[in-house]
Amino acid sequence: MVRYILWRIAAMVPTLFLISALVFTIIELPPGDYFESYVSELRAMGEEADLAEIELLKARYGFDQPMVVRYFHWVGGFFVGDFGYSFEYRLPVSEVVGDRLWLTILLSTVTIIFTWLLAFPIGIYSATHQYSWGDYGLTFVGLIGIAVPNFMLALVMMYFANIWFGTSIGGLMAREYLDQPVSWDKLMSIAEHMWIPVLIIGTAGTAGMVRRLRANLLDELQKQYVVTARAKGLHPLRILLKYPLRMALNFFISDIGSILPAIISGAEVTAIVLSLETTGPMLIKALQSQDMYLAGSFLMFLAFLTVLGVLVSDIALALLDPRIRLGGGSSK
Amino acid sequence: MTIGPELLRINDLSIAFPLMQGRLQAVKSASLRVLPGKVTALVGESGSGKSVISQAIMGLQPAFADVRGQVLFADPGASKASAAPVDLLKLPRDGRQLRAIRGSRIGMIFQEPMTSFSLLHTVGNQISEALRVHTTLSPAARREECEEMLGLVGFSDPRRVFDMYPFELSGGMRQRAMIAMALICRPALLIADEPTTALDVTIQAQILKLLRDLQEKMDMAILLITHDLGVVANIADEVVVIYQGEIMESGPVGPIFRAPKHPYLKGLMAAVPHFDMPKGERLKPLREIVVDHQTLLGGLTAPVAETAVAAEPVAASAQAAAVRPADVTAPREKAGGFPEVLLSVRNLRKTFQTRKQDWKVGRAAPQRPAVDNVSFDIRRGECLGLVGESGCGKTTVSKILMRAVTPDSGSVVFDDGAGPIDVLAARGDDLQALRTRVQMVFQDPVSSLSPRMSVGSILSEPFDIHKRGTRAARKDAVSALLKVIGLDPSAARRYPHSFSGGQRQRIGIARALALAPSLIVCDEPVSALDVSVQAQILNLLKDLQKDLGLTYLFISHNLAVVDYMADRVAVMWAGKIVEIAPREVIMRSPAHPYTRSLLEAVPYPDLDRPLNFARAGESSTASSAGWAPAFRDDGGGRDLAPLDLGGGHFVLARKSADLSEVQP
Repeated sequence: MVRYILWRIAAMVPTLFLISALVFTIIELPPGDYFESYVSELRAMGEEADLAEIELLKARYGFDQPMVVRYFHWVGGFFVGDFGYSFEYRLPVSEVVGDRLWLTILLSTVTIIFTWLLAFPIGIYSATHQYSWGDYGLTFVGLIGIAVPNFMLALVMMYFANIWFGTSIGGLMAREYLDQPVSWDKLMSIAEHMWIPVLIIGTAGTAGMVRRLRANLLDELQKQYVVTARAKGLHPLRILLKYPLRMALNFFISDIGSILPAIISGAEVTAIVLSLETTGPMLIKALQSQDMYLAGSFLMFLAFLTVLGVLVSDIALALLDPRIRLGGGSSK
Repeated sequence: MTIGPELLRINDLSIAFPLMQGRLQAVKSASLRVLPGKVTALVGESGSGKSVISQAIMGLQPAFADVRGQVLFADPGASKASAAPVDLLKLPRDGRQLRAIRGSRIGMIFQEPMTSFSLLHTVGNQISEALRVHTTLSPAARREECEEMLGLVGFSDPRRVFDMYPFELSGGMRQRAMIAMALICRPALLIADEPTTALDVTIQAQILKLLRDLQEKMDMAILLITHDLGVVANIADEVVVIYQGEIMESGPVGPIFRAPKHPYLKGLMAAVPHFDMPKGERLKPLREIVVDHQTLLGGLTAPVAETAVAAEPVAASAQAAAVRPADVTAPREKAGGFPEVLLSVRNLRKTFQTRKQDWKVGRAAPQRPAVDNVSFDIRRGECLGLVGESGCGKTTVSKILMRAVTPDSGSVVFDDGAGPIDVLAARGDDLQALRTRVQMVFQDPVSSLSPRMSVGSILSEPFDIHKRGTRAARKDAVSALLKVIGLDPSAARRYPHSFSGGQRQRIGIARALALAPSLIVCDEPVSALDVSVQAQILNLLKDLQKDLGLTYLFISHNLAVVDYMADRVAVMWAGKIVEIAPREVIMRSPAHPYTRSLLEAVPYPDLDRPLNFARAGESSTASSAGWAPAFRDDGGGRDLAPLDLGGGHFVLARKSADLSEVQP
């Protein structure tokens, strides 16, 4: 088992290197660089750019050097916590991202937990009461959840939250706590603001997960071992929780790998609508203005999360499923 | 043994399923009884309603089933006051009273040991669960009880098995664990639904012995559901015969077997192949299929083959077509140009790497080869039977012949008159041509036909792949094929799911016949079928062989079937061919101890020839240690070589052994 985990971690390294090369190539692909678009933007506004300063910056960040050198310079920085320099903000990337990263992670985690808490009971109910009114009703609600675009839901919620609860739900906390050190009041403010984005981002995921859990459970409920368990005289609920649900968990766990980045990147449009202080809006802005180190580091962050998620789900699967853990011991 | 009142009494049980096409009456007012401490066998074909009855007793039938009648269960273990019979059908579904009976007073084992366990929980966890529900024992006491029961069902190391996962056990071992699970609370009645159908003969004999021993030891009644009359004759006290949901005949096993009254039972008995059949005697299936022999003799796929010559000047297909006319019109004729040996296999060897080994580099233990130095010849026009328990490598051999698996070493030479072809080295056009001459019939008629293709397109696909004939010619060939297997040409428009298992297997055979091959590899073609259907298929295969001059490699674990089909028989064990001989020789005077144990394990549907249970208890690997020294392999397999006993009878023995040591 330890061997397996070590092997999987070792396998992450080349994967991440490949991804970093890919990301770097992609952000280099559009013609020109940040400075050119900056200069042309200034010109469009009728201002003269300080060409000398720009030349200085270009030399400092190695823009006159070949792509390969710049790539290794960029990647090498990761190991010492240097993710490059954001030209847009004129700050190191790590400082720009800082707080937003933690808020993103917090929001995502809460969303995932919310999704699971909602999806599990509904999925189990739908599967065990197949073709009942409850099943149809929940399916209907779920399909609406999938069909309605997140940003639209966000707008609607924003409106009603303002009218009914008097909460101005733009952002993840009240304005006065921005850039303040962590305090009890700040946390309370975050909690107060958090539920709306969680609800919005979570609905679509929940609906999809309910459908998948329902389908998986329905398959498992037909299996012979369920009949065996009934023949032993077990209570139906106990059978359900111990056998088919446990089997159906496998897909749930293998989902973790894709859920992390999906939630973080999928929430961008919502985040813009609600003007959340997460990383999503920043990434889009960075891509628009060709702020390449900022954008690249973001993409790397997403990739890292994906790889990490897959690792976590693989390890969890091995722990949960003896067939994987004791792999190859099958007699058939 | 207590012979008191009945333990279980079923009165006028009717079970119906409301389906979209209408009501399906699965069981029609069936009545039967089970006496305490006795074995009652419920015999019938698949679809006769026997499994539904067993489910209804436990209340396990699907919720939408409409069940009427009475199932009276008189629990001898209950206190005197409540000894009155309970009608199990009156109890609420999955309610507390019914749950208290399930697993505790009535245990159940199922046909499929592979799927009856959850693979994510340990064997011990699943067995002790019944104790946890029905008793107040402490976890330690439960574990003790489980280990005792695991020992009772024949595990040599119950302590270890308790913590193992089901997928670490073989099929036979899993069925033992299943029995332990059903018996852990010492029920008064055990319902065994086809407990040995999925198992090999040797393991079947072990399980039957185990059931019999435990039944006597625990003074328990068994309701045994089966379609195998051999099993019934060996274990049952009373027999109930069911046909299409109706009870045909019931009574003690003696009268039923010695003087079957009902035509259905007589028919069932005539449909089973047995060893005393004179050569040439045909099985009598319950429902004879009408085969169009005229089409057969008229050159089955001749139109397609001829157009192939005209339209396809590819050397390979022309070559194949040139051979065929003589093949079809003059079967069995040994024309001068045809070699006697059609397929010659020499020194095949194949070792599979398991995944576990890939990880642990350096510590890899030497793997036992799946196929170990296998050599044999298949003569033109004969049927060679290949017999052995599951895992002995027989399917791997067939896959190597089909080029689905590449062997580590060895050679396979195929020669049907067009010059020898090295099967393992054939590439491109040669391989494509070879594919038309060797075909395969598979075990599972359900999964070997695509559910999304109509029968017509399934049957014409071989022509499409090999670019034979025009559209019209293909259509004609498909209807000819359907007539040959006794189906109406209109079947071409239907899909596989609308056919029964036997019909599907016939379609599989027709597909194999489409390209007029010279060799057909039949991998357990009847083991998934009922006896009555089995007889149909076997007769069809025999007729086809006679009329088309086909050559078969017939793989099976059922010796009686092989005895019926084969001209020569090869017995495989642990990847090696241990004995090969003409079928009369191998059935009457087998030399190798493994062949003998195989023959002994076959249950006869004959009360005067009971199984020798005293010798059935061991697995072949365990008993191989007790073989005569001439057959034992002590020197890593290098010492053993086929020894000629004369008359084409070879047995695997030590090189140093002389004839007297291995003579039967």
